[in-house]
Amino acid sequence: MLAHLRPALVLFLLLSIVTGVVYPLAITGVARVAFADKASGSIINANGKPVGSSLIGQEFGTSDPAAAAALAKWFWGRTSAAGPAPYTALNVEKGTGSSGSNLAPTNPVLIDNVKARVAALAAADAAVQVNRPAGQGIPIDLVTSSGSGLDPHISPAAAEYQVPRVAKARGVSEDTVRGLVLKHTVGRTMGVLGEPVVNVLELNLALDAAASKR
Amino acid sequence: MTCTLANVTFNGALQIVVYVAVLLALAKPLGGFMARVFDGPVGKAPLGLGAAMGWFERLVYRLCGVGINADGSAVEMGWKPYATGILLFNVLGFIAVYGLERLQHVLPANPAGLGPLESGSAFNTAVSFVTNTNWQGYGGETTMSYLTQMLGLGVQNFLSAATGMAVLVALIRGLSRKCAGTIGNCWVDLTRATLYVLLPLCAMLAVALVSQGVVQTFDGPREVKLTVPLSYGEPVKNDAGEIIKNADGTEQTRTVAVTTQMIPLGPAASQIAIKQLGTNGGGFFNVNSAHPLENPTPLSNFMEVLAILLIPAALCLTFGEMVKDRRQGWAVLAAMVVIFVPLLAATYWFEAQGNPRIAAGAHGVDQSASGLSPGGNMEGKEARLGVAGSAEWAAATTAASNGSVNAMHDSFTPLGGLIPMWLMQLGEVVFGGVGSGLYGMLMFVIVAVFVAGLMVGRTPEYLGKKIEPFEMKMAAMCVLVPCALVLVGTATAVLVPQGQTTSNPGPHGFGQILYAFSSAGNNNGSAFAGLSANTPFYNIALGLVMWFSRFWIIVPVLAAAGSLASKKVTPTTSGTLPTHTPVFVLMLVAVVIVVGALTFVPALALGPIAEHLQLVHR
Repeated sequence: MLAHLRPALVLFLLLSIVTGVVYPLAITGVARVAFADKASGSIINANGKPVGSSLIGQEFGTSDPAAAAALAKWFWGRTSAAGPAPYTALNVEKGTGSSGSNLAPTNPVLIDNVKARVAALAAADAAVQVNRPAGQGIPIDLVTSSGSGLDPHISPAAAEYQVPRVAKARGVSEDTVRGLVLKHTVGRTMGVLGEPVVNVLELNLALDAAASKR
Repeated sequence: MTCTLANVTFNGALQIVVYVAVLLALAKPLGGFMARVFDGPVGKAPLGLGAAMGWFERLVYRLCGVGINADGSAVEMGWKPYATGILLFNVLGFIAVYGLERLQHVLPANPAGLGPLESGSAFNTAVSFVTNTNWQGYGGETTMSYLTQMLGLGVQNFLSAATGMAVLVALIRGLSRKCAGTIGNCWVDLTRATLYVLLPLCAMLAVALVSQGVVQTFDGPREVKLTVPLSYGEPVKNDAGEIIKNADGTEQTRTVAVTTQMIPLGPAASQIAIKQLGTNGGGFFNVNSAHPLENPTPLSNFMEVLAILLIPAALCLTFGEMVKDRRQGWAVLAAMVVIFVPLLAATYWFEAQGNPRIAAGAHGVDQSASGLSPGGNMEGKEARLGVAGSAEWAAATTAASNGSVNAMHDSFTPLGGLIPMWLMQLGEVVFGGVGSGLYGMLMFVIVAVFVAGLMVGRTPEYLGKKIEPFEMKMAAMCVLVPCALVLVGTATAVLVPQGQTTSNPGPHGFGQILYAFSSAGNNNGSAFAGLSANTPFYNIALGLVMWFSRFWIIVPVLAAAGSLASKKVTPTTSGTLPTHTPVFVLMLVAVVIVVGALTFVPALALGPIAEHLQLVHR
């Protein structure tokens, strides 16, 4: 046993230094040189000030029908189970950050959440008098919460569903809005991997930028 | 245009086919490479790695006092010193992680100013990372300083994986040697696994992940200004910390305005690379690889999910090389694939069906899959990954003892969640952990050979070695210990009030507890995360289960290795049962499935199966 103590201790120390210090520092160095922007959070700047990360979503929507009208002009993202506020990526004081809802499919709270979201979307439509064709369904990703609570994306179907509302709320043509959606849609990687998505924060920032140019 | 069959898309199926194909294509070269690493002489390794790091390897042995023979090989050990060395090395790892967690507030590299961990959580986490489980009762970004993540958790990610490989290689030597008293040198195996296998693969993967947007920096969190300010209601508390109530009994709340968002950063990519490749699974952030900064794109997702099974799959072929009969390696790999692929496809199928209660209860929601919408059960899943990418990961992470997640398993459909749970309960031998999966599977092979021997009335043999009562006892222990820990642990938690911390009602609540013990008892680490497991009861109970399920298998495996190494090789005759044929592969599959089904179907019936019946029959 004691004969083993020296090699165990020495090996543990040496491998700790290699894997716990040298390795992360070397990767950090390479990352800083080769991918400086991506290694530090893909931050989006507007007028020289950081306004978000292109990988972290922000809350533009609501599940409260009373608050929906004021938010009709934005594209809404997924619902978020992060807390205390939706899309909280880090709150050191409260010890909260990324989180899924972890609601089981049989949990009645899940159904209540979906119903509240459906009602809020309907209220936003009503606020700007959007009339939808009978039987048009709301894409599932728009009424469910993401795994991280920080999902920056929605499906192209969820974006298309919101085009008439956003266009009316902003007083621009649907084609203008649709053009911006298309510009911010990314297809499957190499045509196979993942799902096609629209980046909600980037799309909303582009909408505002287009409005200020007019 | 997208073709779908019952909401399963052609593209989703294609992603699964591509995944399995790329995995098998990479396993062959990597398997051969690892065989050369573990059979190679001190200071030398293929692909120029020996030239780059051989000097360091030699330095390590000199400082450790590892004896080198005249022919340049290291002095070898019998199974008992080998096992002692491995255990001691892991105990040191436990002490180091525990110490770092408890002292992180006074140590450097803590830009967020996080405090020390509470002792129960620190114990649980230290055991969890030393045993290659990486069960997490805490949220990474809000609990662990950068130093703890790197020097504590990150190091154990490497060393626990290296431990698994060392034990496996010792067992393979036991099978391939005849009349030998030794099974290798544990210090050499640990060093070579780390330097020549894990580090180079991790460096490549880490840089590739940064290129996709995974963060890698020592800067503290970054504050950004929100485009749309938010507010939320917070209960008002008095000085004693109690919530103040209004006259009508409702809680008093005040409105808190939120105008900024904190973007968490850190040296994540380097740790994510090893957590995937080393079948560790402990995320840098709370939601693991569902977090967009941990797994930003479909391509990063593909690389990470590939990394989960890469080494476990390749080690099967390393085994074939080292016993000088490649067919044996392919046979074991084939058995794993035969179990894995149908279960993966089934997970995808069940998740693609969506939630019947949403279809029935919330009017106007469209769960159908198309080229523009993922459809299916999207609660707890990320838009960029969709149903197919999430199901693929769920099956891979539980087939391997990885336990990282890219979607919340707690929100899976009952049967879509049953499969990951059962894959763990099979004993983590379908790919399984790095090293531990294959040594577990080889124990099942011994059981299968024994059963086949009984059926044809011959002395059971594997690779020319007679399987005798001692090997059978060790194999039976490896098969039964995790089963016992899972079931006894679950039963205990259900019976004591401290175990009642489930977040979902009904059979799903039971499923959360069963999942937790299945995960800990097989060193997986994934969770039905709604269970509040950061409590004294769960921290201690799960910590003990993880420890015993790791080392009560490692010791019997090494004992079997020692016993097998000392045996003569019996010449092959017409009566020898060949162990590389499809018949034997099916025999092995049957033994794994029958043990897993007989042990766990009653418990599963009380959890996910009952929940499924609730869901479809309202």
